[in-house]
Amino acid sequence: MSAVLDTSASARESILGRLRSTTIADAPALPDVKGWFDAHRRHEDLPQRISRLRTAMEAVKTEFHNVTDADWPEVLLRVAATKGIRNLLIGTNTAHGAVLEARHPKGLQLVPYAQPIDTWRDQLFDSIDASLTSARSAVAEIGSVIVWPTPSEPRLMSLVPHIHFVLLDASTIHSDLHSAISAEGWSGNLPTNALLIGGPSKTADIQQTLAYGAHGPKELIVLLRHTTEATS
Amino acid sequence: MSRIIPIHPMDDFKERSRSVLNDPGQRKNFRGAMDFLQAKRKSQFPDQEEREGLRDLGAAIRRYSLAHLPRLLEQLEANLTANGVQVHWAQTSAEANAIALDIARRVNARSIIKGKSMVSEEIEFNHAMEAAGIEAFESDMGEYIVQLAGEKPSHIIMPAIHKTKQQIAKLFAEEVPGVAYTEDVDDLIQIGRGVLRRKFADADIGLSGVNFAVAETGTLCLVENEGNGRMCTTVPKVHIAITGIEKIVEKLEHVPPLYSLLSRSATGQSVTTYFNLISGPRKPGELDGPEEVHLILLDNGRTQAYADEQLRATLQCIRCGACMNHCPVYARIGGHAYGTTYPGPIGAIISPHMLGLESTYPLAFASTLCGACAEVCPVKIPIPDILVRLRNEAMAQPQSDEATLRGSGAARTVADRAVWSVWSQVYGRLGLYKLASWFMSRGRAMSPTEQGAWTRSRTPLIPAPKRLRDLLKDRKS
Repeated sequence: MSAVLDTSASARESILGRLRSTTIADAPALPDVKGWFDAHRRHEDLPQRISRLRTAMEAVKTEFHNVTDADWPEVLLRVAATKGIRNLLIGTNTAHGAVLEARHPKGLQLVPYAQPIDTWRDQLFDSIDASLTSARSAVAEIGSVIVWPTPSEPRLMSLVPHIHFVLLDASTIHSDLHSAISAEGWSGNLPTNALLIGGPSKTADIQQTLAYGAHGPKELIVLLRHTTEATS
Repeated sequence: MSRIIPIHPMDDFKERSRSVLNDPGQRKNFRGAMDFLQAKRKSQFPDQEEREGLRDLGAAIRRYSLAHLPRLLEQLEANLTANGVQVHWAQTSAEANAIALDIARRVNARSIIKGKSMVSEEIEFNHAMEAAGIEAFESDMGEYIVQLAGEKPSHIIMPAIHKTKQQIAKLFAEEVPGVAYTEDVDDLIQIGRGVLRRKFADADIGLSGVNFAVAETGTLCLVENEGNGRMCTTVPKVHIAITGIEKIVEKLEHVPPLYSLLSRSATGQSVTTYFNLISGPRKPGELDGPEEVHLILLDNGRTQAYADEQLRATLQCIRCGACMNHCPVYARIGGHAYGTTYPGPIGAIISPHMLGLESTYPLAFASTLCGACAEVCPVKIPIPDILVRLRNEAMAQPQSDEATLRGSGAARTVADRAVWSVWSQVYGRLGLYKLASWFMSRGRAMSPTEQGAWTRSRTPLIPAPKRLRDLLKDRKS
C-alpha cells in the first residue's frame, strides 16, 4: 500500500517536473468559446426549439407525448398499459411521484427507489420493467434531455430499467449545450453525476448495424409537459 | 555510430500487412466500414464554414490546455480531491497497473467490469489483472466480442470492425452457453446484453476511461452510446478511471465544442446517447453510485512528446478515429497489422512515445503523406508533418542534436548510411557529379536488375543513355 503511494507521489513529482521544464513558446490565449457560440447560435423561439429537440431525438427512436400538468399521469398509464409494463420505479419525495401514487393505478405496481442500491441490486436488474424520472432541462441542438440524479431520483433510475419515462417541461429547453451550461451555472454546482441522454441505449458495433437496447434502456419515452393545453 | 537492430520490426509489420492485403474478405470488411464511416462524418458537417470554425476552436482549446498542462493537472487534482475522488499518478504502464491492483486487493475484488478504455489496452490492464487472479471483463459490445474471440481491438472507436456478423454469430454460438446460431444483429446484441447485465450487477470494481477531464470543476466526462460506461461507473462500489495526462481542459465551457467535434468526427452522430459527467463518489444520502472513485493519471511517454514543440501537437488528440477512417493505408491493412494499441495515423505518431521509436518507426514510413488525416482531424493535428519528423528521427545520428526521442536513429543502417554518404559527396561536388553521371549513362547495361523493394512490382531503374547536360550540348550545336 505505502509502496504504491510512494510511487504515485514520486511519479507526480517527475511528471509535473518534466512538464514544467518545457518552455512553451507563444502560449495561446484563452479561446473565446462563448463568442463562437454567440455567433453561431440559432435564435429560435420555444416552438422551434421544441421542434428541433423532437426531430433529433425521434431520429434515434425516442418516443414523444405532448402532455399537460393535468393529463400526464393518464398518458403515462395509457402508454404503460399498451407496452405491458407491470411495474414502474419512481423517486421518493417528488411531486410527480406523489401525483402518481395518489392515483393508485390499477395493473401498474409503483416501486419507490427508497433503499440504497446495495440492498436490492438484483431486484432492480432482474424485475423492474420501467422507471419515471424528471428531466432538469433539455438541449435542442444536440437532441438531449438533461438529467441530474438526486437522492430522490438516483442515478440508476435512468439506466437499468428497460423503459425510461422522462417528464420534461417544455419551457426548459435550451438552444445549445453552451447556453444550458452557462444559463444554469453548471460550473459552480455540478452534482456527483450529471447526464445528457439523447435516446434509448444503442450500438453499431456489429458490422455497423444500428441496434437499440445495448445495455441501458431499450426505450426512452419523453412526456413533454406544456404549461398550456397542448395538442397531442 | 549507426547500428543495425537485431529484430527488424518492419518485417513483422510488412508481413501482417501483406497477409491482410491478400485476404479479399478482410479487405472488403474494411472498405465497407471505412466508406460507411466517411459518409456518416460527411453528413454531419454540411456547412464548411461552421466545420472549419469549429475545428479552429477545437484546436485552440486543445493547444491552450496543453500550454497550461502542469497547472491544469494540479487544479484538476485539487478539485477532484475536494470532490472526494482519489487521484493517482503513474509514469509507466506497470505503475498504473500496480495502483489498480492495490485498490483491487484492498477491497478484496474478484472481478472488474470494464467500460471502453484505450488507455487500459495501452497498459495491458486485463493481463495484469488476470495474472493477479482478478477477472477483467469487457462490457462495450465491440470489446466484449473481441475479448470473447481472444483478439485485440482493430479500431479505437469500433473495436470489432474487422469482424462480420456471421463471424460474430458463430463466435456467440460457440462461446456463450445456451445460445443458438443467429445472424440477426438485434438478437446478437440482446445476447450480449443478457450476459453483461449479470456482470454489471456482480462486479466489485468498474473501470472506465475518460474523454475529457475538467480542471475547474473536478469532473470526468464520458461519451458513449451503449450505457455500459454508465453501468461501470455507477453500479460497482468502486470506480477506477484511467486516462493519459493530456485529456484535460480548463473550463466546463471548453467541453461542448470538443464533444460536438468528437461525436460528429468519430461515428458521424450529432450527439451520442449518453454524455456522463462524474464529479465525485456517492454522497451521504445518495442511494447509488460508487462509494470510491479513483483517477489514475498516466504518462507512459506522453511527457516526451510534450517536451518537443512540434511533437506536442500529438497530444491534442481527442481519440475520435477520423484519421484512421480516412487513411488509405488503414483502409487496406486494418488495425491489427500495425501491431500497436493505437493503429492508423494517430497510432503512427503516438506509439513511438509509448514504445520507443526503435520498434515503431516502420509505421511512420507506411504513409503516402496524402494528408487526408490532417484534413479531417477535428483538432487540426498536422499528422503528415509529424510523420516526416519521425522519419527523420528514425534516420538521425543517435546521441546527436538531431536525435531527440527514445529510439532515434533506429532505422539508420550501415548500408543506408553508405548510400547517402556517397550520394551527398557526389551531389555536393560538380566535378565528381559530372564524372559519376558520365559513368552511369555509359555503363547503363550494367544496372542491377534486382533493386530491392523498387523492383518487387516495378521494372528496374536504368539511367538515361544521355545526361541532361549532353542533351543540352546537342541542342546548342
